Amino acid sequence: MAFDSPKAGETLVRVADLKVHFPIHAGLIRRQVGTVRAVDGVSFDVARGETLGLVGESGCGKSTTGRAVLRLVDATAGRIEMAGTDIASLGSEALRRMRPRMQMIFQDPHASLNPRMTVGSIVAEPLSEHGTLRGSARQRRVEELLDAVGLNPSFANRYPHEFSGGQRQRIGIARALALDPDFIVCDEPIAALDVSIQAQVVNLLEELQERLGLTYLFISHDLSMVRHIADRVAVMYLGKIVELADREALYGAPKHPYTQALLSAVPIPNPKVEATRRHIILKGDVPSPANPPSGCRFRTRCPIAEARCAAEEPAWRKLDDGRHVACHFAT
Amino acid sequence: MARYALRRLLIAIPTLLAISFIIFALLDLAPSDPTANLPLTIPPEVREKIRLSLGLGEPFVVRYFKWLEQFMINEPLNVLEQWTGWTIGDSENRLRVLSWATRSPVTDLIVERLPQTLWVVGMSYVIAVLIAVPIGVISAYRQYSLFDQIGTFISMLGFSIPTFFTGLLLIVIFSVWLGWLPSIYDTTHVVRDWDSFVFQVKQMLMPTMVLALANASQISRFMRASMLDNLNQDYVRTARAKGLRERVVVLVHVLRNSLIPVVTVIALGVPTIFGGAIITEQIFRVNGIGQLLIIGIEGADIPLVQTLTFIFAILIVVFNLIADLIYGMLDPRIRYD
Repeated sequence: MAFDSPKAGETLVRVADLKVHFPIHAGLIRRQVGTVRAVDGVSFDVARGETLGLVGESGCGKSTTGRAVLRLVDATAGRIEMAGTDIASLGSEALRRMRPRMQMIFQDPHASLNPRMTVGSIVAEPLSEHGTLRGSARQRRVEELLDAVGLNPSFANRYPHEFSGGQRQRIGIARALALDPDFIVCDEPIAALDVSIQAQVVNLLEELQERLGLTYLFISHDLSMVRHIADRVAVMYLGKIVELADREALYGAPKHPYTQALLSAVPIPNPKVEATRRHIILKGDVPSPANPPSGCRFRTRCPIAEARCAAEEPAWRKLDDGRHVACHFAT
Repeated sequence: MARYALRRLLIAIPTLLAISFIIFALLDLAPSDPTANLPLTIPPEVREKIRLSLGLGEPFVVRYFKWLEQFMINEPLNVLEQWTGWTIGDSENRLRVLSWATRSPVTDLIVERLPQTLWVVGMSYVIAVLIAVPIGVISAYRQYSLFDQIGTFISMLGFSIPTFFTGLLLIVIFSVWLGWLPSIYDTTHVVRDWDSFVFQVKQMLMPTMVLALANASQISRFMRASMLDNLNQDYVRTARAKGLRERVVVLVHVLRNSLIPVVTVIALGVPTIFGGAIITEQIFRVNGIGQLLIIGIEGADIPLVQTLTFIFAILIVVFNLIADLIYGMLDPRIRYD
């Protein structure tokens, strides 16, 4: 494949031309009248041990991509290879057996934990479903996991509502780690947390990655946080990836006009620089994914769009410095 | 939780006293004459004597407190004596709540009729729950499927068609046209062997099904709505991500959470079982509590109606408390201390 990752490690996850379309039903007999192209042809690789950041504004299809990669929603088309196995076409039982290897940390720690189960049983459930641990050995493993995410193991008998947002997110992380997964999709794991807690959780994720050799797909709209944690970054707009590059290259010299606009929106914590800096302000709203613009999807809001952009869809090109961009004018 | 229950029970005492006063006052203010059904040949002065002998000559307040004493103290003591065989005080001359029409203690009438009501109405409620929960679960899991559409249609029918119509319809079809089932419930029937058991099932079938349809329609809608609420929750996605079997996801995670509001609805419906199904019992001639109430109202048998209505009030208050306690047991987020 074309997208070699900077770390020379083997490719763990390979997504090729992934599409997730949702039907729109309307009318008296609920006929299908259209499709929302939530994810429309996304390709990327994730190497073992690396963190791929996936950024974009709300509604661009980041979360759907993350869920489709784990088959929590079914892909309409495309391949999702997990260590060589194409999970996009896997049957439900075979997929279930793959689950221990790939896990997800969810955005909302308040809603993603079953309110009627104790923390201990939430963390232990995957162990009893897939693992061989029983009785006190399982109990010890639960305590170990809670300890690993910085929670007091004696909390195991409490219920999720007794914890703060940051603690609940730690419970979610402990649950995801229970089966020693290789690959974890972090779906905006810090978006619902206080700023003061965000750094703690991100540091925990980094520490766990180092200790357990985890591979992350880190979905976020927080560009600074992605810069902190990711090795490479993919930028999504309206169901497609528009730019994929090493962190330094992307933040240092963004090539796609959308990436440039996104980055210029991030404030710099220095009032002098911030006052003189040029901001690219995008006009208009994101078009509907049910009816995306012809050619380049960004052309309706792009400051440098020309006639060619409406006629011709920009190719997914590899530039000299190794990055990938989908723009006619990027060099 | 015990302390909470105790506090609620203590609060229930003034509530029930207020209810008892309202019931007593309402029935007393209603224009009715216990002698109105007596033959016209009885002269007015004799009628007046009958009224006086029933205690109607006393002022309202005196009658209320006497009834309260009879119901709250004398009757419970009597029940206690019958259960234990003890004699407490002057039990021979203790005044009980007497029915004006039959001159027998109201409690005895109720005890006579309770088994029929509990069998027919109680059974219908059990069947309704057993039907409604799976239907609600499947309807929600396969929302807008053919099964869901049919289920919705039938529960709309059950909701909208009153029992006096479905009851008569079933009688016309199964008793008159087909002649399979008896249209009258025979209370004297005793189950001795297989054949008499089959007859008992046959005579219970129609009244039970009529009531079960009405109850199941309601409960299945609650179940479906509650399941739909929970199916889209994030924690269900978490359960799938854990790699649990779909059956476990639906039955353990979604169903258990969805049952919380449904159990409350079911618990709050239990008093209506004791209240009997007034109309259905009347149609199928089941001589249960509901029919007793109708007879009491028709015969201006005020003590009977007062007592029955007040017992319903007690049951409603008690089952409200039970529903709240169940809620606390099922939902760890609710704590009553």
